[in-house]
Amino acid sequence: MAKFDHSDDSVVVVIGSGAGGGTLANELCQKGIKVVVLEAGKQQSNASFINDEWKSFAQLAWLDTRTTSGTWRIAKDFAGLPAWICKTVGGTTTHWAGASLRFQEHEFRAKTVYGELKGANLLDWPVTLKELEPYYAKAENKMGVTRTNGIPGLPGNNNFKVMYNGATRVGYKEVHTGNMAINSQPRDDRGRCMQLGFCFQGCKSGAKWSTLYTEIPKAEATGNFELRTESHVSRIEHNPAGKVTGVVYFDKDGKEQRQKARIVCVAGNSIETPRLLLLSASNMFKDGLANSSGQVGRNYMRHMTGSVYAAFKDSVHMYRGTTMAGIVRDEAVHNPARGFAGGYEMETLSLGVPFMAAFLNPGGWGPDFAWWMDHYTHLAGMWLVGEDMPRATNRVTLNTSVKDQWGNYVPNVHFDDHDNDIAMRNHAFTQGERVYQAAGAIRTFRTPPYPSTHNLGTSRMSARAQDGVVNKWGQTHDIPNLFVSDGSQFTTGGSENPTLTIVTLAIRQADYIAEQMKQRAI
Amino acid sequence: MRVIPIADTSAPAAGSCDEDTGDVRPISLPLARRDFLKGSGLLFGSLATGSLLAGLAPSTAWALELKKLTSAEGAALMAMGRVLYPHEKLPDAVYALLAKDLDAKAAGDAATAKLLSDGTAWLNKSAGGDFARAKAGRRQEIVRSMEGTPFFNTVRGQCITSLYDNDMAYAVFGYPGASWDKGGYITRGFQDLKWLPAPPLEASPKPYMG
Repeated sequence: MAKFDHSDDSVVVVIGSGAGGGTLANELCQKGIKVVVLEAGKQQSNASFINDEWKSFAQLAWLDTRTTSGTWRIAKDFAGLPAWICKTVGGTTTHWAGASLRFQEHEFRAKTVYGELKGANLLDWPVTLKELEPYYAKAENKMGVTRTNGIPGLPGNNNFKVMYNGATRVGYKEVHTGNMAINSQPRDDRGRCMQLGFCFQGCKSGAKWSTLYTEIPKAEATGNFELRTESHVSRIEHNPAGKVTGVVYFDKDGKEQRQKARIVCVAGNSIETPRLLLLSASNMFKDGLANSSGQVGRNYMRHMTGSVYAAFKDSVHMYRGTTMAGIVRDEAVHNPARGFAGGYEMETLSLGVPFMAAFLNPGGWGPDFAWWMDHYTHLAGMWLVGEDMPRATNRVTLNTSVKDQWGNYVPNVHFDDHDNDIAMRNHAFTQGERVYQAAGAIRTFRTPPYPSTHNLGTSRMSARAQDGVVNKWGQTHDIPNLFVSDGSQFTTGGSENPTLTIVTLAIRQADYIAEQMKQRAI
Repeated sequence: MRVIPIADTSAPAAGSCDEDTGDVRPISLPLARRDFLKGSGLLFGSLATGSLLAGLAPSTAWALELKKLTSAEGAALMAMGRVLYPHEKLPDAVYALLAKDLDAKAAGDAATAKLLSDGTAWLNKSAGGDFARAKAGRRQEIVRSMEGTPFFNTVRGQCITSLYDNDMAYAVFGYPGASWDKGGYITRGFQDLKWLPAPPLEASPKPYMG
């Protein structure tokens, strides 16, 4: 691995090594650009991942102090854990399930297609599906997405068998084992899925794409890449001309360090990214960096989610095999006749006994709760994930009464469900239950949202500087050499799991940065 | 607290897992040696002979020494755990893990010790003396009346990890835990469900087997 000097101001500093940061870093390195990645977490490996839900959670999850507010149930059930995302090399690509779906054309034009919704802060993306298609294709090829590039779909597990039979009996047409960035056959020096059933705990076989063992070693091989782990960035600095000059971070010994940079790209996921921009406030940028619009931290989206579990007379053993290789896409369309704008996906999901106890019905107890646990081997499960409405008041802010281990204000995540989110969730719950009833369920259960894994929108893309934080390339409107490279850029959330789009935007952003550097524009 | 697990000698061989009930991991019961006892309380019991767990455990007897809580407090907490999460198939040894974990918290934090001591006193008082021996209906009423209190929240919250994240619970609920060391489920029943027709190949292609 290369080693760059702290005073080397020719490097690009990328903050975070997940889907956005890890991909961007590799793409830049491949073009001969020198990159320093600062990752807050430690380095794990396929070998060190743990097939144990709580132990793995302690190993991978971002557990630094966070606070919550608002009427969402998470603020009550998991007040200190608004999001289930990772602090480790590879970021949340260690934990993600692998579902890799392209946004639909209309989802880039949410404001135009859905119209004005009271209490929503909708906006069209400044990019179209057509512009992104070539980059989606590159991302799918890079990640080895099934049912693209001639890669066969994954074999369905028992949980999918239940979903498939129920869904087709209800009349759904688009039901299959998904577009998954999990090898159904060996590819890219990684083996095929062994149906471990521990996708969320870090894939021990490496069949699931993660920047940890794809992008990062490839970047390393170029000689242009340096990764510094356990390096928590606390501030981005700028010069009197208003250009960023580098970052200040705490290294693994807790010592403050400064890394100079030509360009800084922030990819800390949609809670840490706006937090860092806000923490970097200065005399020149009093409301935080890149925040002339006042939109930094606003429009926080976390997808409409929920789960349906169903018990059957006979056994299912849903925990066996790929967790999310099963999808019903029929409800992903925009059909206002259902009583809400946007759509949702239904995807297979399973939890082990420890997490089922924690998440089935947080706070629940008594004979009914026990009944569900007693029927664990006879359960099937699905996750419901759909587009939620951006709201100016759903927001990541600095909590000035709580500090983290380095003395910086922790982020507070405020969220209130929009009426559209609630209407969609109710519809999705009903349809999910119908699917399982059609497959013969004896009982069904509506599980409320888990801590958010899809955190989006807090530094959103906009055509006009006053509507958002970054332009169509993820470059901040205010500071030309400061970029946002993660899901914070999303103008709206779409109904699809966001990772493929994050990777797509990162590949495209790398082309733009390289071109701008060549032109000496930044 | 000294919990001395007895080395397991009866773990099933890797190949002998039962795919229908789920593979079963080695069981370690909490065991304290009587001659070392210096703590405040002692909980003990045995697994029902002939039960699933008894067949897997090296010994059916278990004992747990408490560091801070009294035996009576431990017994009340175990009984409260059974009201909150009533699983007929889970033996007392699992509910003893709840007492063990709460005792550890009490030993490390005076405020928690007081919370648990006051809470169990309230349980016993409400039951007219001994909560653990009160009628089932009465125990439920008492626990329900405490819902939302810090004591209730502490005990209920602890139940989630104490009762459901241990080898005995895994075995009872049929959850095999780790699969990596057994090669995953690619050849061990990930699509063995027979009571529904198999999806067509375009929806669910055959697994790649080399």
